[in-house]
Amino acid sequence: MNAETRNWVAIGDLNDIPKEGARVVKTDAGCVAVFRTVNDEVYAIDDRCPHKGGPLSQGIVHGTSVTCPLHNWVFDLATGLAKGADEGAVAVTAAKVEGGKILLAADDLARRAG
Amino acid sequence: MTKQKLVIVGNGMAPGRMLEYLFDKNKDAYDVTIFNAEPRVNYNRLMLSPVLSGEKTYEDIITHGDDWYAGNGVTLHKSARISEIDRDAKSVTAENGITASYDKLVIATGSNPFIIPLPGKDLDGVLTYRDLDDVDKMLDASKRGGRAIVIGGGLLGLEAAAGLKMQGMEVTVLHLMPTLMERQLDSASGFLLEEEFKSMGIDVRTKANSHEIIDDGTGKVKAIRLDDGTEIDASIVVMAVGIRPSADLAKSVGLDVNRGILVGDDMRTSDEDIFALGECVEHQGMCYGLVAPLYEMASVIADNLLEGAVEYTGSVTATKLKVTGVDLYSAGDFAEGDDREEIVLRDASSGVYKRLVLKDNKIIGAVLYGETADGPWFFDLLKKGTDVSEMRETLIFGQAYQGGAPLDPTVAVAALPDDAEICGCNGICKGTIVNAIKEKDLTTLDGVRAHTKASASCGTCTGLVEQLMQATLGDAFNPAAVTPMCGCTPLGHDEVRRLIKSKELKTIPSVMQELEWTSSGGCAKCRPALNYYLVSDWPDEYADDYQSRFINERVHANIQKDGTYSVVPRMWGGMTSSKELRAIADVVDKFDIPSVKCTGGQRIDMLGVKKEDLPSVWEDLGKAGFVSGQAYAKGLRTVKTCVGSDWCRFGTQDSTGLGIKIEKFMWGSWTPAKLKLAVSGCPRNCAEATCKDIGIICVDSGYEIHFAGAAGLDIKGTEVLGLVKTEEEALEHVVALTQMYREQGHYLERIYKWAKRIGYDEIRAQIMEDTDKRKAYFDSFVFSQKFAQVDPWSERVSGKDKHEFKPMATLLSEAAE
Repeated sequence: MNAETRNWVAIGDLNDIPKEGARVVKTDAGCVAVFRTVNDEVYAIDDRCPHKGGPLSQGIVHGTSVTCPLHNWVFDLATGLAKGADEGAVAVTAAKVEGGKILLAADDLARRAG
Repeated sequence: MTKQKLVIVGNGMAPGRMLEYLFDKNKDAYDVTIFNAEPRVNYNRLMLSPVLSGEKTYEDIITHGDDWYAGNGVTLHKSARISEIDRDAKSVTAENGITASYDKLVIATGSNPFIIPLPGKDLDGVLTYRDLDDVDKMLDASKRGGRAIVIGGGLLGLEAAAGLKMQGMEVTVLHLMPTLMERQLDSASGFLLEEEFKSMGIDVRTKANSHEIIDDGTGKVKAIRLDDGTEIDASIVVMAVGIRPSADLAKSVGLDVNRGILVGDDMRTSDEDIFALGECVEHQGMCYGLVAPLYEMASVIADNLLEGAVEYTGSVTATKLKVTGVDLYSAGDFAEGDDREEIVLRDASSGVYKRLVLKDNKIIGAVLYGETADGPWFFDLLKKGTDVSEMRETLIFGQAYQGGAPLDPTVAVAALPDDAEICGCNGICKGTIVNAIKEKDLTTLDGVRAHTKASASCGTCTGLVEQLMQATLGDAFNPAAVTPMCGCTPLGHDEVRRLIKSKELKTIPSVMQELEWTSSGGCAKCRPALNYYLVSDWPDEYADDYQSRFINERVHANIQKDGTYSVVPRMWGGMTSSKELRAIADVVDKFDIPSVKCTGGQRIDMLGVKKEDLPSVWEDLGKAGFVSGQAYAKGLRTVKTCVGSDWCRFGTQDSTGLGIKIEKFMWGSWTPAKLKLAVSGCPRNCAEATCKDIGIICVDSGYEIHFAGAAGLDIKGTEVLGLVKTEEEALEHVVALTQMYREQGHYLERIYKWAKRIGYDEIRAQIMEDTDKRKAYFDSFVFSQKFAQVDPWSERVSGKDKHEFKPMATLLSEAAE
């Protein structure tokens, strides 16, 4: 898949999310957690920890990782993979910032719904 | 004077240590060049086993990093194996063509693993266990799973077996002799060790002679066949049957070589200008493979390089097995003989076996299994040839039993003579460590390691060193303080708190920068801790970083397992009214809140509130006069009370009124961990004040203040702080105590743990006796409350942190397409 043919959905402004924070985007297939790092990178992953369903959007964001608020699993925001001793992964939705707007990849969102 | 040129062949632990000794004595005597066949810096080879088992990483075991070489002006050629030495021209040449000339040369080529000449020894999957490359290969193999066969049940073989097992492989140990580690252990302890390994799930076969390693048809290991015809499938075979001094280079240039490179007592080879050092050496018929003798040699060479005349006289060695969970110590000679006697202690139920071998009333050998704390003491008696006839009867019970001293490890260590060896690897004796602690004001294990090297190699004497610190420093030593805060820093909580103050660090990024955090943005452990320390230390200047707070403190409610929240409004002192209860009932109905519960802290908890509803719930509660109960905070939670003299026929004072006063004074304050208080109106103690963080028991003559209770993970009754006469004094003392805890506690450390660490008497002295100190604590608390007593719920009802409570966007199916 190449970038030019991708459809992107705008979900809001970069400044809607605090640095080292996250917001939720509700979809038919559950919530997507959208993260903003201290360096203004943006990542989106499913808002559901594979361990016990914890809302990852509520975790502490450090570097490009988030720690689940329920039992401290740590996920890499870029890959969605659990770090350290835990094993598991959450689905990643491609995200980017253009002109101060945050865009999510429509095909990734659609795949989640399917 | 121009510097002489010193060239070293090999970069193992022995030459690394020799350079430290040399630079200590004279930094400017030599220009040093090292040729290392391995592509890396100097690392601690003793720690390969923890790397294999996954308990440490390569970075953890580096002794000298690149900056050490640069800082000391040492030229290090990595991946440069020396192939030629021209003794006439006094120069060396590496395989990659680099040459260097020398005035003095040190050959430290170490040893090679001995490869049993079995058919199949060259197959892919046959490994040795010598350096980091071997460990990497084993770790690689362990990822593919299957069975590893370790040939050799000696020290190295067993460490390899335990490590591979921890990496998840099936492991079989094949050992030629009837018992394991027969060179260091007698048959009884060898047997105990075998049982221990079997209980770890490792298949141990003794008297097992390997016949051949079988090819799977593609040049890889498939199985091993023993002499008796047994075949065992294997994906790797690790040969750990011993080492051979690596003396080929020395031999090829005509130096005298027997098993190893022959040296005299001055460590010189048959060439006046060439020394040999380490495992490649043969001295008076002995070759050594343990680190302590190598370090002794290193010290002799360093001295002789500077025109000294110290002589090496050989070493007596002691051994410890570095396998987690196995305690084993052996030293000296323990073969049986007519002129020898032995003392044996067995305790089968606790798996302890101790054996001392005596000759002419002196210890000549010691084997300890299951309980090894007395190992260094026995080793000390052995090395000194102490006559033990006086204490023979109790000798086997260890040092603590001699002279009727109580069985306290600290006392035992304190009783050791100054020249008793504590760290066998580095030959550091007690006196050296005690002096360093006193002269350099060392209070941490890392400090002692840095200054003395004790416990810095294999680490098995760490417990002894800590006991020594305890004995030297008394209560000032706290082993817990040296535990790093988290993986982002080697510093402990105390250090971080001290440096935040002394360096006046006032933001999280500045703490991370100044204190050299190793991660870019911290982690979920250190960020909330740092945020608390900054809030606590700079209440007026620090801007609270909500992104570093746990979700509960960020949204001022308690997250539940399904992602909803619970809401607990304050009920001052546990008192409420019909108006308040009605407001709660209305909120529960309006927002369809599924559960309502009375808490242990005398308030009402509404559970299952949706996050988006939180601000509206708070708005309605606020109209009825409620504020946040901070039931989610590492801060003041509740002040539980009984009805006291208001109603109770036994009440001695107005416990409810005092509880409410304290709660109104202290609400909103952040503390290292949650803080729960109670005030009981009489010693019947209906408010259960004697298991609280801080409790007050009212009596006729005044107020008895208690602290450091626990009724959670631990159960502990409170300690008495003291008795005061008036309510005002009670408030002042409670607040001052809280402030002392706020300033000193480690994040998430409850008050009872802090108090135990600091000492109850110290706390009593500062709060009860030192009036100035108490007033100062009280004033600091009052100052910080100016910034803390803002109801977070009403702030959020007015719009603060809106983003926390609303989804950013809602994408329905048509919108997503």
